[in-house]
Amino acid sequence: MTAAALDPTAPIFGLLGSPNAGKTTLFNALTGLRARVGNYPGVTVERREAQLNLGGEGDATLIDLPGPYGLEPISADEAVVGDVLDGRIEGAPQPQALIVVADACSLSRTLPFIGESLLLGRPACVVLTMLDELAARGGNVDLERLQAALGVPVVGVVGHRGRGIDALRALLANPTDWSSPAVPPPSDRAERAGWAASIAETVIEQAPTRHPLTERIDRVVLHPLWGSLLFATVMLTFFQLIFSAAGPAMDLIDGAIGSLGEFVRATLPEGLLADLVADGLIAGVGSVVIFLPQIVILFSLLYLLEDVGYMARAAFVIDRVMGRIGLEGRSFVALLSSYACAVPGIMATRTIPSPRDRLVTILVAPLMTCSARLPVYALLISAFVPEKNVLGPLGLQGLVLLTLYVGGAIAALAVAALFKRTLIKGDGLPFAMELPTYRWPTLRVWTTQVYESAWAFLRRAGTIILIASLLLWALLTFPQVEAPPGMEEDAAASYALEQSIAGRLGHAIEPAVAPLGFDWKIGVGLVASLAAREVLVATLAQIYAAEQSDEEDGGSSLREALRSDVRPDGRPVFDPPTVGALLVFFVFALQCTSTIAIIKRETNSWGWTAFAFGYLFVLAYAASFATRQIVGALV
Amino acid sequence: MPQITTLDRVPRGESVRVVAVDGADAIARRLDDLGLREGVEVEVLRRAPLGDPTVYELHGYQLCLRQSESGRVRVAAHGTAA
Repeated sequence: MTAAALDPTAPIFGLLGSPNAGKTTLFNALTGLRARVGNYPGVTVERREAQLNLGGEGDATLIDLPGPYGLEPISADEAVVGDVLDGRIEGAPQPQALIVVADACSLSRTLPFIGESLLLGRPACVVLTMLDELAARGGNVDLERLQAALGVPVVGVVGHRGRGIDALRALLANPTDWSSPAVPPPSDRAERAGWAASIAETVIEQAPTRHPLTERIDRVVLHPLWGSLLFATVMLTFFQLIFSAAGPAMDLIDGAIGSLGEFVRATLPEGLLADLVADGLIAGVGSVVIFLPQIVILFSLLYLLEDVGYMARAAFVIDRVMGRIGLEGRSFVALLSSYACAVPGIMATRTIPSPRDRLVTILVAPLMTCSARLPVYALLISAFVPEKNVLGPLGLQGLVLLTLYVGGAIAALAVAALFKRTLIKGDGLPFAMELPTYRWPTLRVWTTQVYESAWAFLRRAGTIILIASLLLWALLTFPQVEAPPGMEEDAAASYALEQSIAGRLGHAIEPAVAPLGFDWKIGVGLVASLAAREVLVATLAQIYAAEQSDEEDGGSSLREALRSDVRPDGRPVFDPPTVGALLVFFVFALQCTSTIAIIKRETNSWGWTAFAFGYLFVLAYAASFATRQIVGALV
Repeated sequence: MPQITTLDRVPRGESVRVVAVDGADAIARRLDDLGLREGVEVEVLRRAPLGDPTVYELHGYQLCLRQSESGRVRVAAHGTAA
């Protein structure tokens, strides 16, 4: 590896350490909220960097390197660490000095890794984290002897309490003064293991015992029966909170956006400018902000469970099931969250360590039945599925709804299994997960994580969502055609929509969607619902010039209008095969710019984003076509 | 004669010592990085409700492994010579 020369006025530090060593906590303790979060090009590996003022003239740079267990990469994604260290990644600064982070409790495991890091040929220091836990477990490590044995500076910290951080900052201020090993560690793996074992023997005065509280809690939490019940309870509560607790806040935002729009309409003269500001800009910003309650709730819960130590245990309990389809336990939480909304669900995939598993989970998350599909399902089912009991108290309407929900989940798991066996095969990473000691979460660490995630969403996905919303507004608005005089307001709105680009697109794609039984009006609905699935209801209402008296169930007048609409040959537009095809189309199709934006942000690739949209569209079209044939044959 | 077996077959609650990890591929290297090295003591803590994976304790930390990986770790009963 080629090392860059150390710049004493503006040094670039790389934070290196295995997963769970407390690297990210240390990063946040050193830098506060100044991290720039992104992705390394071409991979789903997260990239975090921050400026750090250590009291000198210039700012130091701190790079949080992806956490490997060893420096010999065993997958393409792990190779990122070596690429950053070698300065092979364009735009990513090359670390000039290393801060090697290790958990004090499992020091004997990490010593060979520390040795490997010291062979990288640049100034290094070692930070031992979790000294509080080491003490609580009756362990003791002699830091001075460790420093002497390694030949580099050693500092002990308690990252989440901020202890030892000042000493570390003082050390980082003068990297030119760092000592270097008189004799470098052996470069041969087996010899290095011996070197590590002899150091462990001299510096670990007392190995930590098992954490007594963790042992007692795990007897229940990982118990075959109680553990399974607890898992189900936690997951149901988790889902319920994302699904429903966000509701009031979302209604509030919705109401505020609505009032703001009305205020603009009342203030500005009637015309294009008022339309642009109210329907384009404010509605567009609203469609970004509306996600915040769910994202904040999701990440609050996710990080709370993670910080306490439950997340790894939940993954442990469900791993066997997810292993069957080629994923692992941690994908479960992301898929479950996607039942509320794919946007937070896809963001939740960050807890999945294997980049391939993460990619597959992202690709199938949109198949989970999110809450935005509900208005579409509710409208079509209430309008066209007869209200009768089929299985005891279970009505046909409920059964259809249930089928759509379950169908989405089954499709997600099947597609994931298919992708893992063909397109995105395993990266050879063995499943290996640490179960951390249970720990009280600290408010500062917790809020920092939640804040960072919400901010990342607003900045990275928000801009794409806003631009897409404005584009769709323009499609639905231009060109502006004068309605014939004497037309009623509702009819005029319908007329304007038909003359718009979206309306013409609806006509243009009619031949393409005709095999599914869709006419141009449904076509316009599909174009408009690219913004978000539930927009289909409002668009159909506008086309049919129906009053949307009650948005919750789509409005009874809209239901009537849909039922009575006929094709040129007199057959109803919404016959059972068409309704079935439309419902199934919405099970699969990625009709959601916000999800598209978040896939782009999380995969850092327009290619994978296009792939997700493409495969879901093909699946939607094929399944929709098949449904039409099957229902047609049955009825 | 020392009892050599693989880690996935060790009953819950027992402690064993690592003798070797089968193979020299990436997975063997990873198991080595995770601390499954010759002479290291490993205790079998508990199995997941569905039987797999299993939690092991070694080097003062707890590690979950699936059977597919733990089956590659050769171990000897604690206290016996390898």
